[in-house]
Amino acid sequence: MRVKRDQPLLSVTGVDKAFPGVQALCGATLAVRAGEIHALVGENGAGKSTLIKIVSGALAPDCGTLACRGRVCALRCPGDATRAGIATIHQEFNLVASLSVRENVFLGRERRRGAWIDRAAERRATRRQLAELEAPIDPEAPVRTLDVAQQQLVEIARALLARARLLIMDEPTAALTPREVTRLFALLRDLRARGHGILFVSHRLDEVLALADRVSVMRDGVTLGTWPRAALTREQLIERMVGRPLDQEFPKAPAPRGAVLLETRALSGPGVHGVTLQARAGEVLGIAGLVGAGRTELVRLLFGAERATAGEIRLAGRPLRLRAPRDAIRRGLCLLTEDRQQQGLLLKLSVRENFALPNLAHWTRAGWIDRRAEGAALARYVARLRIRLAGWEEPAAHLSGGNQQKLLVARWLEQDARVLIFDEPTRGIDVGAKHEMYLLLNELAARGKAIVMISSELPEVLGMSDRVLVMRGGRIAGEVTEVAAATQEQLLSMAVHG
Amino acid sequence: MRWARFLSNYGMLAVLLLLAGFFSVVTLRDQHPSGAAAARGLLAGPAGARLQSAQGTILIAVRGASHADQAFAGELHDRLGAQGVRVRSARGDPRSVRAALEELADDGTGPPAAIAAAHAYAPLVRSVLAEEEAWRHVPVLTPPAYRWPTFLLPENLFNVANQIAVIAILAIGMTMVIITGGIDLSVGSLIALSAVLVAGLVGHWGGAAAGTGAMLAAGAGAVLLCGIVGLFSGAMITGFRVPPFIATLGMMQVASGLAYILSQGKPIYRLPESFVTLGRGADPLVGIPYAVLLMLALYALAHLVMSRTPLGRYVYAVGGNPEAARLAGVRVKGVLLLVYALNSMLAGLGGVVMASQLKSGAPTYGLMYELYVIAAVVVGGTSLSGGEGRIFGTLIGAFIIAVIQNGMNLTNVESYTQKVVLGFVILGAVLLDRLRHGAWFWRRRPRRRPPEPRGSDVIR
Repeated sequence: MRVKRDQPLLSVTGVDKAFPGVQALCGATLAVRAGEIHALVGENGAGKSTLIKIVSGALAPDCGTLACRGRVCALRCPGDATRAGIATIHQEFNLVASLSVRENVFLGRERRRGAWIDRAAERRATRRQLAELEAPIDPEAPVRTLDVAQQQLVEIARALLARARLLIMDEPTAALTPREVTRLFALLRDLRARGHGILFVSHRLDEVLALADRVSVMRDGVTLGTWPRAALTREQLIERMVGRPLDQEFPKAPAPRGAVLLETRALSGPGVHGVTLQARAGEVLGIAGLVGAGRTELVRLLFGAERATAGEIRLAGRPLRLRAPRDAIRRGLCLLTEDRQQQGLLLKLSVRENFALPNLAHWTRAGWIDRRAEGAALARYVARLRIRLAGWEEPAAHLSGGNQQKLLVARWLEQDARVLIFDEPTRGIDVGAKHEMYLLLNELAARGKAIVMISSELPEVLGMSDRVLVMRGGRIAGEVTEVAAATQEQLLSMAVHG
Repeated sequence: MRWARFLSNYGMLAVLLLLAGFFSVVTLRDQHPSGAAAARGLLAGPAGARLQSAQGTILIAVRGASHADQAFAGELHDRLGAQGVRVRSARGDPRSVRAALEELADDGTGPPAAIAAAHAYAPLVRSVLAEEEAWRHVPVLTPPAYRWPTFLLPENLFNVANQIAVIAILAIGMTMVIITGGIDLSVGSLIALSAVLVAGLVGHWGGAAAGTGAMLAAGAGAVLLCGIVGLFSGAMITGFRVPPFIATLGMMQVASGLAYILSQGKPIYRLPESFVTLGRGADPLVGIPYAVLLMLALYALAHLVMSRTPLGRYVYAVGGNPEAARLAGVRVKGVLLLVYALNSMLAGLGGVVMASQLKSGAPTYGLMYELYVIAAVVVGGTSLSGGEGRIFGTLIGAFIIAVIQNGMNLTNVESYTQKVVLGFVILGAVLLDRLRHGAWFWRRRPRRRPPEPRGSDVIR
């Protein structure tokens, strides 16, 4: 099954797909060649995920044609796509955690000898494939024991053993450390050299520009076009995604600093060792560090989601004793979690209920909720934060990422929080909504809130913070007070070497 | 979209109405009125003129001293008396009719102009008349029959409601438990435990001579003790993270065993007559059974609690996503404890109602009831995955089950077949739930013009 270089592996023409109330795709077009890394970019809701689902056989298009290696083909189910040489590696891996690497790699395509599974042959093939990927993973290890990067390699091995020629990777770097990203990119370039086609979907434009040979941009369900990477600058790419020129990526507006609001002394807890920090009113305190450096663990301690083992937390000069998150909430401290879908919102509940959850006492009279007062409060924030929604009774799951984030901000503003902790405030939200999020951070700081912002995106930390703490191994590894003069390399070296 | 929402909110109500309509049509029969209504029907009907202008005496024959018979005779007596018609009544068995006829013959009045009797009693009266030549021509007049579905008779509807009351009361608590994402298998056993407790306590506080206060105290005691069992389940679930299925499976055995121990395996019968007021009594105005009134009041209260109080919101939040609820400041464990305790107390109340209906307490009560209760909740549209569900949906679910059972009884479907039908109804309800959650999604035809994307992140 040799495929010649530059031969189209997959071409999609004029594909439409509608969901109730949304036209997700409207004449989408895409062509991926053998031996290229093809990036697909676009804002959330631009139709990237729908397009991927269609080419991986998970969704049927309403109309349009798909051609695999020049021949028109119908992908009615994921199995059809596999047979056509297309493998998709989703952001959430499709692995069974309790089964071994080998069992996962051959799941659904077991090697047989008579009625029995030929485990020896499977093990040999898995080991050979993993060696080819330079991944020292034991084929019999349960997938549960592997880290994210290793699981990704298992997915890639699975795809290659199924003889995939086209690998579709959806946000493959979202959960990887910088070093793992570098390794993954080397691997993808190697696969490209061997004639595989790779469709790379990412929000991280730097990675797209570093890795891709060609870039396709989608907006509002339409493919705007495909350009060679060399023909695009970062700014041009953003402009095409957003549909308007972007004035300034980080619109930082410094606010007057006030008194120290949040303060910790030698705070320790699970994954955090002796952290001392201060955050002032009107200040955005950035916290940088690699994944696993203890940043999320630190803010969970500050919020009372975990118990501190030593040290103390002070809020506006008074000691803060936390047994549960509600103690922190009562004192005016709030946490906007990294994972909005799992830890922030109640997706099945309505916008109104999500907004009201910690604030019900504000509108409860003699045990009954005054729904009119509740609605009036929500209406104020919807207008002030420009939250776009179809109605208050709409499930929170229907909102886009940016609006979900705003809804959570509204919830905590109603709580009259003085300290807002944002864990990855712009993760998973698109370029336009990021901009609004930054303006909101400015506004909150200007209103005298203290803001603690964790971010894995170094440009964002440098662009939006007044001061940056870098964490490593659960400790503060360094502090940058002159943010304007600092560089990403400086932060990274603190994060890696301390 | 609008249709989908309408269906999801009222789909099961439509199913209930369809079922009621179906059973109404198939049980359409000749109905014979009774009581005062029968007397009025008789006077308004074709025989009315003959009665009101009768020259001789009118004999009113009623069988017994039942409420309906008394009302029939009384109403007819008053109305005809007001018209100046001479009226005599014969109350009791056919011998009283004969005695009245002989009396009329003895005092020289002769045979009556007509005899008025209820439909069911008329054949017996006619057989008395056939005994003597002189009486053969006396007409027996009965209230006219009318066509009406047996299913829709008020007595039958109250009967349906009364029979489902226990399951429906339990289903309130179960709905809350299932919305939190849990399940409670112990409620059937708690019915038995509570029935034994209330009967035992009444026995302890005076037995057949116990007063109202003692009975109320016994009922409250049984409900509270069941609540403690629920607190224990809740503590296992929140404190030790035992899965609700396992924790309540254990408590199901414990509660059942306790019921057998306390009653020594025998039913407790020694109860005062007034003990049945809750289970068999009805309000004097319309005739709605007290158990049904209690059930309706509890549903109204539960609906308000679930939709208008912080507790209700927290129940949905805990079921939707416990971690997100905790991070929003909700006392997740406290909410769960309270919900399991409330659920067990409602099960205890169900047991008290059942003991009152059956005028005894036995450890065999409530067997398999947990499954009927869960079925009512599921048929009512509450998802077993938690976070969504409606209290009134459960009431509709309980009534669907009750109407199917009652309708099949009225149409003489045997009980084994009833089980098969009921099983498929439960599956059908879940299927409907699945359909409204997704399957219709794929069948939509594409729209040509893309609508304004709602809630998009794009700044305009």
